[in-house]
Amino acid sequence: MAYSDKLLEHFKHPKNVGTLDKSKKTVGTGLVGAPECGDVMRLQIEVDEATGMIKDAKFKTFGCGSAIASSSLATEWLKGKSIDEALTIDNMTIVEELALPPVKIHCSVLAEDAIKGAIKDYQEKNGITVTVEESSH
Amino acid sequence: MDNKRLIYLDNNATTPCDPRVVEEMLPFFHQSYGNAASRNHPFGWVAEEAVDYAREQVANLINVSPKEIIFTSGATESDNLALKGVFEMYQKKGNHIITLKTEHKAVLDSCQKIEKMGGEVTYLDVDREGLINLEALEAAIKDNTILVSVMWANNETGVIQPMKEIGDICKKHGVLFMSDATQAVGKIPVDPKAVGVHLMAFTGHKMYGPKGIGVLFVNRKNPRVKVTSQMDGGGHERGMRSGTLNVPGIVGIGKAAELAAKEMQQDAERLSKLRDKLENALMEMEETYLNGSKENRMPHVTNISFKHVEGEGLMMTFNQNVGVSSGSACTSASLEPSYVLVALGLGDDLAHSSIRFSLGRFTTEEEIDYTIDALKKGVQHMRDLSPIWEMYKEGIDLESIEWSAH
Repeated sequence: MAYSDKLLEHFKHPKNVGTLDKSKKTVGTGLVGAPECGDVMRLQIEVDEATGMIKDAKFKTFGCGSAIASSSLATEWLKGKSIDEALTIDNMTIVEELALPPVKIHCSVLAEDAIKGAIKDYQEKNGITVTVEESSH
Repeated sequence: MDNKRLIYLDNNATTPCDPRVVEEMLPFFHQSYGNAASRNHPFGWVAEEAVDYAREQVANLINVSPKEIIFTSGATESDNLALKGVFEMYQKKGNHIITLKTEHKAVLDSCQKIEKMGGEVTYLDVDREGLINLEALEAAIKDNTILVSVMWANNETGVIQPMKEIGDICKKHGVLFMSDATQAVGKIPVDPKAVGVHLMAFTGHKMYGPKGIGVLFVNRKNPRVKVTSQMDGGGHERGMRSGTLNVPGIVGIGKAAELAAKEMQQDAERLSKLRDKLENALMEMEETYLNGSKENRMPHVTNISFKHVEGEGLMMTFNQNVGVSSGSACTSASLEPSYVLVALGLGDDLAHSSIRFSLGRFTTEEEIDYTIDALKKGVQHMRDLSPIWEMYKEGIDLESIEWSAH
């Protein structure tokens, strides 16, 4: 299977690898997948309290190249967005950007779920009404 | 990364054709192109003679009579012919077949088809090392059992089954014994008659021969074994496999067999040293696990799990340069990890983390050194990225986490 250059770039030089302090109120953490399934994504956002914008995003992923690239791309897209904007990130946009083959679409779904998980965690921590819809996947 | 270097460590998937084999085959495409079944002119005679010679070369390698060699298109066809052919031929005697959960899909899927055709199949478990439980085998044999099918060496782990012991049990109970010996023939000494194997499948392209040519050995005396043909036509191969003989392929597998007979011992000695070097270097890394029996296995294979690293992702760190394969689900369309490794009792997580290295006749020490380096870097890259490696390092019990089902 030949992968796109964008995917390979995100895989070889992933952006925003790391860990944010999950005990902080401004940090939301999404942990999705399971080791037995071969994919675990942990995606974190840090929200600027004054502006409500996502000022930082980090990830770590156990998974195949497509899963790693999907989460790396997701963190890039999250930075600088408002929560509402972040919620519009759709897995199919990730599929198109990285040219994921059909067998890898679940990796993009996982990334979308991780984004939503992180936002939900942030909203719950801060007593904000949760605006994340239940995963349709 | 060096984009020119290409290292092939996936010889259990297929081997390169030895140049000496190709040379032998070439005239049979355009000079001696006759049909081996054309009995009335020199074109046919030359082809037939070449086929007879190759049949001897192949028979010599496994110490059987040339009359016991049936040429097919490959091991998959040979497995199908043996299993379905025996099932149909011995219907009056019984309908029960015993096999292992770790067999190749060509055997397992044939067995499933046989179940649909009214047969009964027992799929035996293997132990942690991938080995058959001989007591369980004997206990599974019933009055209606007609066949036991056990692979000689496993394609994923290289584990070699105790063939003689299995053969003795089959003999004691008067049951036919079949083996898919695709990974063993030409790599280690294989003598079906010495261990009581009555039917044996193998292929050219795993022993430095061409693709598209396979063999089914069918025992001719004590007992005389017959299989119902699965391909109807001109009655070639003593009526067991119709179809114009693939003369270049047959010449190729003959030459490959001759070379294997001469060179397998030195190949095996050299490759086991290289394999051990690779394995020892990789096992130095923490949280690495060897899959399958270390004592009873092929000399050129090692299968290792790198915990908390996903196999396909790991392969992507070096697959521009090094070709291996993984038991990870991501390499299969089904998204299920290797059923062979799961049958050994590995958790799905370790099965997802496995890499199979299979060396071959043309593997060099320099290539092994390069691979060790590439793997160490790749594992490091993937662990730096892995949330479960981070959790493991922080002492978090991964079992205690409620993972989201996906």
